[in-house]
Amino acid sequence: MNAIVNNNAAGLLGRADALATPAWAAETRAAGIAALRAHGLPTRRAEAFRYTDLAQVAQASFGENSPMGARGLGMPSLPLTRGAARLVFVDGVLRGDLSSLPPRPLSDAQALLGGLTSLPTQPIAAMNAALFEDGLFLDVPEGEDAGLVELVCVVTGARGAIGFHPRHVLRLGRRAKLTLLDTSDGAAGLAYLHNPVFEISLDEGAELAHVRIQREGRAAFHLSSVHCAIAAGATYDNFTLNAGGRLARNEIHAALNGPKAMCHMNGAQLVGDGQHADTTTVLHHAAPDCGSRQTYKTVLTGKSRGVFQGKILVSKPAQRTDGYQMNQALLLSEEAEMDSKPQLEIYADDVKCSHGATVGALDPAQLFYLRSRGIPQQAARSMLVEAFLTEATEGVGDEACRAALSEAVTAWWAQERA
Amino acid sequence: MLRIEGLTAEIDGKAILRGIDLEVPSGELHAIMGPNGSGKSTLSYVLSGREGYEITGGSVTFNGVDLLAMEPEERAAAGVFLAFQYPVELPGVGNANFLRTALNAQRRHRGENEVDAMQFLKLARARMKELSMPEDMLKRGVNVGFSGGEKKRNEVLQMALLSPKLAILDETDSGLDIDALKIVSEGVNALRSPAFSALIITHYQRLLDYIVPDRVHVLMAGRIVKSGGPELALALEASGYASVAA
Ligand SMILES: Nc1ncnc2c1ncn2[C@@H]1O[C@H](COP(=O)(O)OP(=O)(O)OP(=O)(O)O)[C@@H](O)[C@H]1O
Ligand SMILES: [Mg+2]
Repeated sequence: MNAIVNNNAAGLLGRADALATPAWAAETRAAGIAALRAHGLPTRRAEAFRYTDLAQVAQASFGENSPMGARGLGMPSLPLTRGAARLVFVDGVLRGDLSSLPPRPLSDAQALLGGLTSLPTQPIAAMNAALFEDGLFLDVPEGEDAGLVELVCVVTGARGAIGFHPRHVLRLGRRAKLTLLDTSDGAAGLAYLHNPVFEISLDEGAELAHVRIQREGRAAFHLSSVHCAIAAGATYDNFTLNAGGRLARNEIHAALNGPKAMCHMNGAQLVGDGQHADTTTVLHHAAPDCGSRQTYKTVLTGKSRGVFQGKILVSKPAQRTDGYQMNQALLLSEEAEMDSKPQLEIYADDVKCSHGATVGALDPAQLFYLRSRGIPQQAARSMLVEAFLTEATEGVGDEACRAALSEAVTAWWAQERA
Repeated sequence: MLRIEGLTAEIDGKAILRGIDLEVPSGELHAIMGPNGSGKSTLSYVLSGREGYEITGGSVTFNGVDLLAMEPEERAAAGVFLAFQYPVELPGVGNANFLRTALNAQRRHRGENEVDAMQFLKLARARMKELSMPEDMLKRGVNVGFSGGEKKRNEVLQMALLSPKLAILDETDSGLDIDALKIVSEGVNALRSPAFSALIITHYQRLLDYIVPDRVHVLMAGRIVKSGGPELALALEASGYASVAA
């Protein structure tokens, strides 16, 4: 094959070529490589990446044992939730000894692989397709409640600044239920890449609560993409807390494919000095009588940048769609910047769709009110930041997940204040 | 307790307080009356430490210490409490959490033990009962969706829980119905002690029937133009501010 001049994904492609690819993964891999060859990684000239430049990712090299200046991360205290089934990846390797869920091989998911992605226009998914090796496969049978499952991904630095591209596949049968708590942690100062892709199919009446906690090391890249197909009467409920990484982008592509399906996408981006966080959602209302709710909150400190792009597409058959999108940012420093791009594309005529965006600083009147009651300035600020985030977090139903979220928020804020 | 001497302050270069002299001894309640825009709320904000005011002259001492040098939270811990003319809404901050955080912050500052959630609930419930406030107001966001009168009552609840040494009530009577006016007045009277003083800003003589002040001051265009006993309020009610200005 001809070497493509100027393809900024050459490093990634080199790694992909070197991978041994089993037959069940061949088609997906080939499609990923083809997409990367053809398009490379997007620059800011690409509309979908106007605010987030992946050039840094293209320039970095992953997979080398060069943790210069990295502070190794010990194994985190894993018993997050007692009794929950758990799948643990450490430095990109599935650790059976730390997991309590008998893993089904990803090869069993072959029929589902790549069915929900559209690689030429989804470079994050393409990168994963070109480089994935393993991942979680969960197939919850009809009517079953699988309870809480934890997916734990930790990069300790023991194998250096790795590129880690897990492909996670979930299928919930009719009326099946699952709560997935998915956490990403990593060593500080280590410029690794975590590039997870989720392919999720929900059959009629299924309910998936998917809580993501992203607190990678501050030098890391986190590029994730969730692809979810929601059948009639099913519910996908995503909450993403984005707190770590130097550059993070979380994409969610969800399609409401059958009547009375529901999609909640909520999240909080906590963005500190030197960080860049991007949430991009693409929601397709393809069937009638579906609802969607999105509430995203971004808190920015120091010299940082937050991005929210939210597209809602309502196709012609999707009558009586009830859609709502709200995106709010709190700027705690003058050097912080927020870019928001809501986008509604509506082809049905009987539709209720609202969206809104606000960007602002802490309200001095509120701050003074708290201080006038004896609450010190820092504590008052914390209370207001927490209050700002509450509206997004209060919707998380699972108690263990809510506790994990509030712990992550508290930890981030403590670090920011230090 | 509170001594204000020659206090001048401006906002955006505009002089609002133009030389205020006022002394409130321990144990006394003083009323301040005055036309709209005369600087009453400005005075109360300056005393409690709100930003945005340029103090251009004068001094304020509180029990002998320089009040103007202190942060708002330090003033609160020292015992200064302002009941806001327009209480601020805090969506997402639960009223109970807010009240307990405030109480404990002040107690910590004074080296006292913090109260735990159970002790606090007991305290708050007792005070709320006295103020005829429904208990569910503890669960709601601070002042969020409260009616005008409920917000004022919530201010008085905070005062009752924080038991300040100096309470500044900025038109706490405005917007209260007759029953609430009595309840709130009882709340203030209950705090009366040789160690408690209050500055009561009001437009209505009626409040002063319930809370009988030791002194009444008239503030006009940023200055105290007249002071007297409770009878001054009655005279103002009868003939308006013009008579004082003359
Ligand atoms: N932020 C501000 N910028 C400019 N002028 C201000 C500001 N705040 C207050 N003022 C002015 O200061 C003056 C005094 O206002 P203040 O609120 O203290 O009056 P007040 O005596 O409390 O009136 P009221 O009886 O209506 O409550 C008014 O003329 C007001 O317009
Ligand atoms: Mg006023």
